[in-house]
Amino acid sequence: MHTKTIVDLSSGLKEGAFSSEELVQHFLKRIDQLDPDLNSFITVTGEQALAAAHEADQKIKAGGAGPLTGIPFAHKDIFCTKGVRTSCGSRMLDNFIAPYNAGVTEKMQQAGAIMLGKTNMDEFAMGSSNETSYYGPVKNPWGDNLVPGGSSGGSASAVAARLSPASTGTDTGGSIRQPAALCGITGIKPTYGRVSRYGMIAFASSLDQGGPMARTAEDAALVLQTMAGFDERDSTCVDQPVPDYTASLNDSIQGLKIGLPKEYFGEGLDANVARTIDEAIAEYRKLGAEVVDISLPNSKLAAPAYYVVAPAECSSNLSRMDGVRFGHRCKDPVDLEDLYKRSRGEGFGEEVKRRILIGAYALSAGYYDAYYLKAQQIRRLISDDFKKAFEQVDVIMSPTAPTTAFGLGEKTKDPITMYLSDIYTIAVNLAGLPGMSVPAGFVNELPVGLQIIGNYFDEARLLNVAHQYQQVTDWHTRIPKGFE
Amino acid sequence: MALGSDEVKKIAHLARLEISDADVPEYAKNLSNILDFVEQMNSVDTSDVAPMAHPLELPQRLRADEATEENQRELFQSVAPQVEAGLFLVPKVIE
Repeated sequence: MHTKTIVDLSSGLKEGAFSSEELVQHFLKRIDQLDPDLNSFITVTGEQALAAAHEADQKIKAGGAGPLTGIPFAHKDIFCTKGVRTSCGSRMLDNFIAPYNAGVTEKMQQAGAIMLGKTNMDEFAMGSSNETSYYGPVKNPWGDNLVPGGSSGGSASAVAARLSPASTGTDTGGSIRQPAALCGITGIKPTYGRVSRYGMIAFASSLDQGGPMARTAEDAALVLQTMAGFDERDSTCVDQPVPDYTASLNDSIQGLKIGLPKEYFGEGLDANVARTIDEAIAEYRKLGAEVVDISLPNSKLAAPAYYVVAPAECSSNLSRMDGVRFGHRCKDPVDLEDLYKRSRGEGFGEEVKRRILIGAYALSAGYYDAYYLKAQQIRRLISDDFKKAFEQVDVIMSPTAPTTAFGLGEKTKDPITMYLSDIYTIAVNLAGLPGMSVPAGFVNELPVGLQIIGNYFDEARLLNVAHQYQQVTDWHTRIPKGFE
Repeated sequence: MALGSDEVKKIAHLARLEISDADVPEYAKNLSNILDFVEQMNSVDTSDVAPMAHPLELPQRLRADEATEENQRELFQSVAPQVEAGLFLVPKVIE
């Protein structure tokens, strides 16, 4: 059952080949057997999952089932789940039982999807390797001692290891796409404002966006269909109808114009990854697409601008974690200042502290213009580059990450080296565009992801373009050894 | 842009974040490296560029000034470190 897609599982449930309860039991058993080594889950909610599956089975029997009814999924531990610990990968929230549900949690529940548990992640989504988690690193099922990418590393690893048919993720600078690439699965970061951020613990509010991680574009379309949509409790959620993402999956991509930005194929890109991406582009030519060379001239400024905007917003957002109303509180504070400082000093890990400090510095008196304002101006330049490109092409393609999965501990010493593993994904967040990663081949038996970037609210086209590729390739069906 | 130990301590105080004295030099080094990296932004002249605050540049949605949430004080205080008589407790602020 664990090798089937959501589409197949859903018809299996409707035909009565198996029940949701059996399905959930099967995945819980796999988690129990295989996850102690991978560490992709922080919390497994077995009892609740079985109770919800029982309910879903009734609904299926009564004929009221939707495409996700009774389908198990793993929920990134950044989404609030009422009555269930929501840690965000941090000691700060280790004792935090969310008193309410996130908008996305509600939507998944209403659709009848069954939460298997909460997945491991970089602390407060700050990291590209899942090594900043308070709950320890996650392993990539494709190799010993390799990182799964981050920050949605647990979500990616769980789907790749077939511990869950799909998972939720969030993406602030590449946190859905980069781990999807490194774990050989399919993930989409929607347009900013497409998915509700209500109850999704904020990292950088102007960049954060939730989205699905699954094995195929078709499955991702089904999950996005449920996750997307207006929520008045998120002031930046966009009130626009959600198109039927599965309706256009089978459209021909004959004549599709693909832009290849030369800045995404230069220095820093592993030669074998480059060759793999070339082969994927060749496949698209065979499908009738036209390839156009384009330029996004301000690309190299994306990472520097991001490492001002994201820390600045994080230092502001994380000021709510002060040991007063929820979360970790230090022992025996002597006064209020001591309470704030020690609770935060003990509750946050190294990388989170670094980013709070950078952000506080960038926003402090006298530095605002030189850092935050400057970064917001660069952001406009990057966004304008994309606007010009989309006058010429329908989608933009590039590698998702410059290398395949790297070793645990390999990049933790130097923060800048770690930051560079997101160089191809960051600009998309700064511009607020939708972006996707699709399995496109292997280098030394490790997966490579192809990034597809679309214009605003063009998720249906991205999914269509990815689905057509998955009809003629089988990279997305490969299973890591030991997880068959 | 190199940050010294005193500056790191000052920022940490502004952010109400305790860091141990032993860790200050490492933070100073890492933060200086990040600021050097960020410095690349100055390779372009942006004096005529309007800053972009929001990817979609939509106006902020407004709503009527009506109470829409019910009071759930007990529920929300159930996760608080220390509560008494419906109030969050902190160390004494006023002598």
